[in-house]
Amino acid sequence: MAEEKRLMKGNEAMGEAAVRAGCDAYFGYPITPQNELTAYMAKHMLDKKRTFIQAESEVAAINMVFGAGATGARVMTSSSSPGVSLKQEGISYACGADVPCVVINVSRSGPGLGGISPAQGDYFQSTRGGGHGDYYHIVLAPKSVQEAADLTYEAFDLADQWRMPAMVLADGMIGQMMEGVSFKPPKDPATRIAKPWAVGTSSNRPVNHVDSTHLDPDEFEAVNRARFERYAEMKKVLPRYEEHDIDDAELVLVAYGTSARVSYGAVQMARKLGIKAGLFRPITLWPFPEKRMGELADAGKKFLAVEMSMGQMVEDVRLYTHGKSEVFFYGRCGGNIPTEEAVLAEIQKILKK
Amino acid sequence: MELTYGHPKSLLPIQTKYCPGCGHGVIHRLITEVIDEMGVQDHSIILNPVGCSIWASLYFDFDSVQVPHGRTPAGATGVKRMKPDHLVICYQGDGDLAAIGTAEIVHAANRGEKFTTIFVNNAIYGMTGGQMAPTTLVGQKATTAPYGRDPIGAGMGYPIRVCEMLETLGGSKYLARGAVNNAANTRKTKQYIRKAFEAQMRGEGFTMVEILSQCPTNWGMEPVESVEWVESDMIPFYKLGEIKDELAGSANAVKEAGK
Repeated sequence: MAEEKRLMKGNEAMGEAAVRAGCDAYFGYPITPQNELTAYMAKHMLDKKRTFIQAESEVAAINMVFGAGATGARVMTSSSSPGVSLKQEGISYACGADVPCVVINVSRSGPGLGGISPAQGDYFQSTRGGGHGDYYHIVLAPKSVQEAADLTYEAFDLADQWRMPAMVLADGMIGQMMEGVSFKPPKDPATRIAKPWAVGTSSNRPVNHVDSTHLDPDEFEAVNRARFERYAEMKKVLPRYEEHDIDDAELVLVAYGTSARVSYGAVQMARKLGIKAGLFRPITLWPFPEKRMGELADAGKKFLAVEMSMGQMVEDVRLYTHGKSEVFFYGRCGGNIPTEEAVLAEIQKILKK
Repeated sequence: MELTYGHPKSLLPIQTKYCPGCGHGVIHRLITEVIDEMGVQDHSIILNPVGCSIWASLYFDFDSVQVPHGRTPAGATGVKRMKPDHLVICYQGDGDLAAIGTAEIVHAANRGEKFTTIFVNNAIYGMTGGQMAPTTLVGQKATTAPYGRDPIGAGMGYPIRVCEMLETLGGSKYLARGAVNNAANTRKTKQYIRKAFEAQMRGEGFTMVEILSQCPTNWGMEPVESVEWVESDMIPFYKLGEIKDELAGSANAVKEAGK
């Protein structure tokens, strides 16, 4: 049974959800705008006699995650955009060695040091395998404090199930704002899946090597192909999305996270004016709900991608509508958040209404 | 008849990929002899670095984790925190530990992480083919120091004495430097390893054994010449012995002896 609602910051709600999901170890490094999350983990992990380390860098933190994850433990790190860039080497290794872990990115504006205001410029980095090599990992995009908590809670199970990092791609708005949130009960450790591949678990088995090294090209190709078969399976069962006013919509707004909230407001304003707009909100950014996107394209819809970037997810919208649809883009960047009025104006411009 | 000398149980009986005269094989043997003597083979986990000893997991008959170059102490931190009852060995070369991974080793030592680092110092990059290492001696030639390491003129800096650097940190409890260039040094190095592993299993804090090792291939020497060079050139700069011993076990031994 869900507990009574609490008013919490997104950062703290993700921390509480991780604790309840059974996070055994958290490793992080300070960076704005996610610092409340690290502080929350410090207090609550230490209170529960679990492992918390403020690492010397994001690079060290992700490799502590890798080491702890290699033992089969449930592990998490969190950061914001520049810090997540530093973690990409470790994420590539975790993907290459099939080590589950949870990575939270409370993203801010970039490139470079950028600013500390919310942005969605990390879409490419998150969904395209931000480090070196051929890989993908799960990316979940919450639109609210409640969903940030729920997706973080679930991310641990998904990471274990699919043996890979699961990233929660929030943004500074989701991390910093306060909303009502209720939590699911702490997960029973007995429900965790077995990890026979982990190190240090049992002496009654052949030795386990958790690594991503393959110097024989044929052997390595086979390993990569097997991993891509897993990806194909994930694409069938994992994509998740939310729709509003889609059926009769002439123009479908596509947006995730904070920009999806704004877009929903704009869609409601448009409907009041009799304009047939709808909203398609991907919740899994990888795997992207590409099949549904294709169906909507076949239904003859037009699309407007709304992002807090110069246009990144819009490329997936174009990709998965297979050139059948007109795809428009509206974005703000640098830490700006689009207003409902500006998005509505864009809708009116496109539909000439 | 009693078998007094054999192949260590936790070292697989296969030929290594290491070059003739390389020190890694001897060091692998010392580690596994101690593991066998302590009876902890099925409770041992090694983190092998990027470098020649990336092969370590092929030879050791216990679990391993392979982390990115230099991140070995961070990975070992994660492993040991989750598996405090296991012997966790962080095997690092001089490039891995003293160049790209300087931050990780300093902070793992300072936190007093309860694993043991085996730091193989052969004063050169082995696997990539003989580049200058942080521990390359002044004047020593390398592919990236073709005229010899020139600290001032060419701005190449000075060789780093890692044990001495880590000595000041509160979390480091045992730092020793041995060598495998002759039988006497090899035996002493094994004692250091044993002391470090036992301290780790008692949960005493950060322990490290630096081992001066020979790399005949990249030094451009015959194996015999290379063990002599360790004696004539490396040991005078990198003094052998226990650089820091703040182990409770050692303090008790001193107390006992004083009675």
